[in-house]
Amino acid sequence: MRVLPHFHTWSIDGGTLRTYTEQMTRLQVTEKLAILADAAKYDASCASSGTVKRSSSKSGGIGSTEGMGICHAYAPDGRCISLLKILLTNSCIFDCHYCINRKSSNVRRARFTPKEVVDLTLNFYKRNYIEGLFLSSGIIKSSNYTMEQIVEVARSLREDHDFRGYIHLKTIPDADPELLEAAGRHADRLSINVELPTREGLNRLAPEKSEERIEGAMGGLKTSILDGRDAKKKYRSAPNFAPAGQSTQMIVGADAATDSDIVRRANGLYDRFGLRRVYYSAFSPIPDASAVLPLQRPPLMREHRLYQSDWLMRFYGFAPQEVVDAAQADGMLPLDIDPKLAWALKHRGQFPVDVNRAPKEMLWRVPGLGTKAVKAILKARRWRRLRLEDVGRLTVSIAKIRPFLIADGWTPGALTDLEHLRASVAPKVEQLELFT
Amino acid sequence: MITARLSAEDDFDGWRNQCRGLMRLGARPADVIWQVGEQRTDLFASPESNIEAAPIGVPKGFAELARSVICHSDPERFGLLYGLLVDLKARRRHMGDEADPLLRKLEIMAKHVRRDIHKMRAFLRFRRVEEDGGEEHFIAWFEPEHHIVRTNAAFFVRRFAGMKWSILTPQLSIHWDRQKLLEASAALKEDAPTEDDIEEQWKTYYGSIFNPARLKVKAMLKEMPKKYWHNMPETALVTELIQSARNREVAMIEKDIVPSAPDTLPTLHAEANRCRRCPLHGPATQLVFGEGPSSARLMFVGEQPGDQEDRSGRPFVGPAGQIFDAALTQAGLDRTQSYVTNAVKHFKFRPEGKRRIHERPNVGEINHCRWWLKREIELVKPDLIVALGATAARSLTGRALPITVSRGQIFESLEGVPVLVTIHPSYLLRLPDPEATERERVRFVEDLKSAQSHVA
Repeated sequence: MRVLPHFHTWSIDGGTLRTYTEQMTRLQVTEKLAILADAAKYDASCASSGTVKRSSSKSGGIGSTEGMGICHAYAPDGRCISLLKILLTNSCIFDCHYCINRKSSNVRRARFTPKEVVDLTLNFYKRNYIEGLFLSSGIIKSSNYTMEQIVEVARSLREDHDFRGYIHLKTIPDADPELLEAAGRHADRLSINVELPTREGLNRLAPEKSEERIEGAMGGLKTSILDGRDAKKKYRSAPNFAPAGQSTQMIVGADAATDSDIVRRANGLYDRFGLRRVYYSAFSPIPDASAVLPLQRPPLMREHRLYQSDWLMRFYGFAPQEVVDAAQADGMLPLDIDPKLAWALKHRGQFPVDVNRAPKEMLWRVPGLGTKAVKAILKARRWRRLRLEDVGRLTVSIAKIRPFLIADGWTPGALTDLEHLRASVAPKVEQLELFT
Repeated sequence: MITARLSAEDDFDGWRNQCRGLMRLGARPADVIWQVGEQRTDLFASPESNIEAAPIGVPKGFAELARSVICHSDPERFGLLYGLLVDLKARRRHMGDEADPLLRKLEIMAKHVRRDIHKMRAFLRFRRVEEDGGEEHFIAWFEPEHHIVRTNAAFFVRRFAGMKWSILTPQLSIHWDRQKLLEASAALKEDAPTEDDIEEQWKTYYGSIFNPARLKVKAMLKEMPKKYWHNMPETALVTELIQSARNREVAMIEKDIVPSAPDTLPTLHAEANRCRRCPLHGPATQLVFGEGPSSARLMFVGEQPGDQEDRSGRPFVGPAGQIFDAALTQAGLDRTQSYVTNAVKHFKFRPEGKRRIHERPNVGEINHCRWWLKREIELVKPDLIVALGATAARSLTGRALPITVSRGQIFESLEGVPVLVTIHPSYLLRLPDPEATERERVRFVEDLKSAQSHVA
């Protein structure tokens, strides 16, 4: 059965049929897109995972979410492009020093109408460029007015177009609770940025924002998310409220906070607000920077190390204090080695770990063993005594792990206690990425 | 020999049926030849096996693994899976034993298939066309690595149920008309539309969301390998974005730290003392700037200051500097008439006890320091630059020049000044054999003489 249609008889969209006005409108939207995507790139999150399963196959609408998000492209900055991440407008009545869109900044301003955002999202989605939309905005007129516009985009996508893809809305802490309620009904994820790791930093760099209001709003979201989940358990037809939870972001390197401060703060946020993720955004030298900011950006590696420490706490059973232990005397995590290795080097007495007998929690602590490898080891050792080469098949590189392990036919001997162990297991740094 | 036939490359049900029959026959994995479709590969293979047999119990996890591995493009996959099945039934291998080499191999094949499935969902791009009646039709061309199109079809139905779409591949084509899924034979790339004017907006987005303050090209390539690029419109921008990011970052830093380029050597020196472009300034004692008259016609560029240079603040005063001075004298050159500097202006080292061990600067550090060297060259305007060693040659020409090959030759610096390449004098300190050292020293002096003759 060959049902290939005759493609050559079709006229390509945008051919002779398009009117001049249509073309001009598209151009204007493209120009705005350049400005409002550029302005959104300081938001680190592009995650589209962790929401409920949805599909359009019954409704005949458009879009689906399947738990795991998809990265539809990667930019040369190494970051995943999963969502159409834009601002509704980059005009703002606030003057936060670290922000490129602050009132006193000399950048070009633009503003989308909600319909333009809706059309862009659908056009991109239908071509399989994106998983959905991440919409944020500068504050114009008032917090409520801005939030209304954001909510209108999400409402129109869901109700007018039966859009079932992913929606992440940046929430404005000062907006009315009813607006946040509406946002949560349409969105998969909501987020409120704590902006800076310390209160002093926030007071100095974002004088119009307040930690109380930000945390108050996060607390409110937490309650709504939990209520929504409870209702859903009782009644299947109950509406969802932000099923992918809430997240937040803080800027690293714009104030004096050390990595230890940041780890403690992040842990507090996870605990108090049930966050899905805390994102870190290394302060980037922004054009037209404010004078109170440091001239230099922190090494990108710092952001990476903080994410690794985040992982240790969320998936590897590390307590926050243990991550802080891995930091140097100045409160910073080492840049040349990862925090797990740093912790292991400081606690050599706990190694080597016997790969055939150690409990899961101890295997997690072995530098170079990931959760997947540990799972495989636990399964495999029910069937055989593992030798070093068996472990080698389950991991990327056995050379780095070896000094920390006992396996059948292998003990590291004095290797674990060697003075220069750090040098021998530390990675050869890709310094180009670190410093350029 | 038994030939087991399958109807298609991803025919899991057929494979399962064949296995049931083969197990009942007690066929050894080595005796089975697997064939897909009508093709015949082994004329000597005899009694044909197409026996229907009762289901056999398999350990947990096996069916799932086999379903994935069947989609792999490796022709050995059917036999490997059957081999595993036989061993599992005989309890020679166990599904949970992840360290088992065969199981591991199949797990990795399954992983490749899952990755291919995922990348198809990620990187496939539809293009919109209008049919004669004005109806929208979205068409994509995709080249999967494994036999995954049928397996993946349901995903696209769930996601794009409300659209009429077609996915064309070199293996087969699938079409969704909002009601049902149809399958057709393989297609050609020419069957798919070549443009869609939303792509301009998508490229605009791709270019704008990219943060030029951070370049991680390797990370990008790891997740988005080049083999997928030719069907993704946005990848046309990548080269340009990387290039402009490098320029933009430099422009931003120059604007921030150095408002206007200093126009004398002393002011340049003073500016350089405040340089924080790379982390080498931290552990070093001080910056070691170039030395010599701004009217010098000959410029020497070394690698970086060493231990003694770092303490004294002057270039080429340590052991290598003494060799350098002696060679200059022998070549009939006057150091005070030349400008002597380094590619990197801070001492890079690692401490070992009380000693500070020299470490080679990396490309990033060389590039950060290049700005200072550029200004030195612009202010001195030498007729010839002598690159002492590979780091200097790299910094001056922007190219990685192996010294053994390029020594004694003339290249051009990024500013257009001729560059003569020779060894770094410290090389003479490292040679173990006195005879070789002497031979190399003579060659070094010859190189210096040749530099002299260029400016004479």
